Amino acid sequence: MSDHITLAEGNLEKTTTTLNLGPTHPATHGVFQNIIELDGEKILKATSTVGYIHRAFEKISERRNLYQITTLTDRLNYCSSPINNMGWHMTCEKLLGVKTPKRVDYLRVIIMELARISDHLICNSIVGVDSGAYSGFLYLMQYREMIYEIYEEVCGARITTNIGRIGGFERNFNNKCFEILDKFLVEYPKQLKEFERLFVRNRIFMERTIGCGPISAERALNYGFTGPNLRAAGVDYDVRVHTPYSSYEDFDFTIPVGSTGDCYDRFLVRQEEMWQSISIIRQAYQKVKEFKGADAEVYHADVPEYYLPPKEDVYTKMEALIYHFKIIMGEIDMPVGEVYHSVEGANGELGFYLVSDGSRSPYRVHFRRPCFIYYQAYPELIKGGMLSDAIITMSSLNLIAGELDA
Amino acid sequence: MQLTNERIRERLNEKFGDVLSEWGDPYGMLTFTAQKDFNLKVLQFLFDDEELRFRFLTDLQAVHYPKRVGEELAVVYHLHNHIDNVRIRMKVYTPVEKPDVFSATALYAGANWMERETYDFYGVNFVGHPNLIRVLNVEEMDYFPMRKEFPLEDQTRVDKDDEMFGR
Repeated sequence: MSDHITLAEGNLEKTTTTLNLGPTHPATHGVFQNIIELDGEKILKATSTVGYIHRAFEKISERRNLYQITTLTDRLNYCSSPINNMGWHMTCEKLLGVKTPKRVDYLRVIIMELARISDHLICNSIVGVDSGAYSGFLYLMQYREMIYEIYEEVCGARITTNIGRIGGFERNFNNKCFEILDKFLVEYPKQLKEFERLFVRNRIFMERTIGCGPISAERALNYGFTGPNLRAAGVDYDVRVHTPYSSYEDFDFTIPVGSTGDCYDRFLVRQEEMWQSISIIRQAYQKVKEFKGADAEVYHADVPEYYLPPKEDVYTKMEALIYHFKIIMGEIDMPVGEVYHSVEGANGELGFYLVSDGSRSPYRVHFRRPCFIYYQAYPELIKGGMLSDAIITMSSLNLIAGELDA
Repeated sequence: MQLTNERIRERLNEKFGDVLSEWGDPYGMLTFTAQKDFNLKVLQFLFDDEELRFRFLTDLQAVHYPKRVGEELAVVYHLHNHIDNVRIRMKVYTPVEKPDVFSATALYAGANWMERETYDFYGVNFVGHPNLIRVLNVEEMDYFPMRKEFPLEDQTRVDKDDEMFGR
């Protein structure tokens, strides 16, 4: 009997509890580890560890052609991959000097706003789940399914979409797609209203979320917060308005802001953003309908160097065959330059920094992932709160492991 | 008065003169290089100055240029002035043998993980960082994987024979 259990120095006198929250805890909705020091149920200190699903996207990108990197961006924030895809296409277009037609811009806006809705819908209903109200989640989930069906009609995939190409879309939106969109625009607002009735003035939900995980505007800016989390703290910064891309300047919408930056404000900001997104989709859909004749069939820019020709042309026309071969083999020389382009992702400013040395793949790609940047504030947000507040704060920040780790 | 790239350049030149070089504005974003030892001074000035007000650190990363002997690593800062809605890019070059750069964590809390990430992949040693350890890779790793001396595997290589992975 020589194997006594030895305790670390000072362990008997210790009055606090150390708890491992994660990496695979069902309530963290992803692989994050937090080592939390607890006094009873009160959090004294938290240490975050990330990187469990790091996949070296930036390194892989240095080997790939531009169109092959789109599939990597899918896997950043996989709750709203179309926004990442579009952001990447727009970065490439900026570098290559491709100008997209208006109809393409509007179709992109429709898809991006649908993606924003599908992301916020998940986040807000998960906040409900974590505060003990499961039914809201089931109410909204069927509408994410509808959004995914729209993606399916456009690109054939549902989660990791790889939607669009440099210069436009791989195919035009078909009638089925518009039918689902019509149905969505009629039914979803009703359901969203019902969801709001369940939560917004619900006493239990309010008690649970008001004052939970707050952050001031100054701290949020200093921490590099963007997106709904920054707006909940009261700063009206939105990339769609500050640096409009994809013709966002043609639409009329407002940016909701909160004041306290707590879970309740984040919930309300996301909720209002969904209403704004519905309004943007309606406007964009109306604009798309207004195109007549040949304009109504435009779904990509006329850039044969970067946009794949139709397959039947590849079999019958020399030019198309050459372009097809060059694009597929990645034999497109990029201009020398460095470009930073950002889009308003569902979680905030999603930026792409692309350095090209004139070769066929990027010299350096950096993804500015909003999640990664604001997650470092998490220990500060939950300090002094209850353990259960930590869970709800994490879900209301909308942490997506894929975006965090890249 | 609108804050134009020319005005920013003028204002920075008044204050720093020769410290800043390699001016340019690729795709409309004012870009310049600061001498390594002055990075924090320039950032502080950009933050405090009542006219410039670059108080938001959008992004921070490094780029490895093995051909620039003596200054192989570039640390790139993207800054944003929310009030006038202007973005700028600042670069700082550092030799790969002694990659010491002053940390911006005292100025921007958000720089903490961005610098850890940059250290993780490029080995840039941010002097003054409170907790400079790897963030995405495992702690035991003893190299900096994003440097150019570590090329990715050639996708067409044929010398590998690994039946389990179908090569």
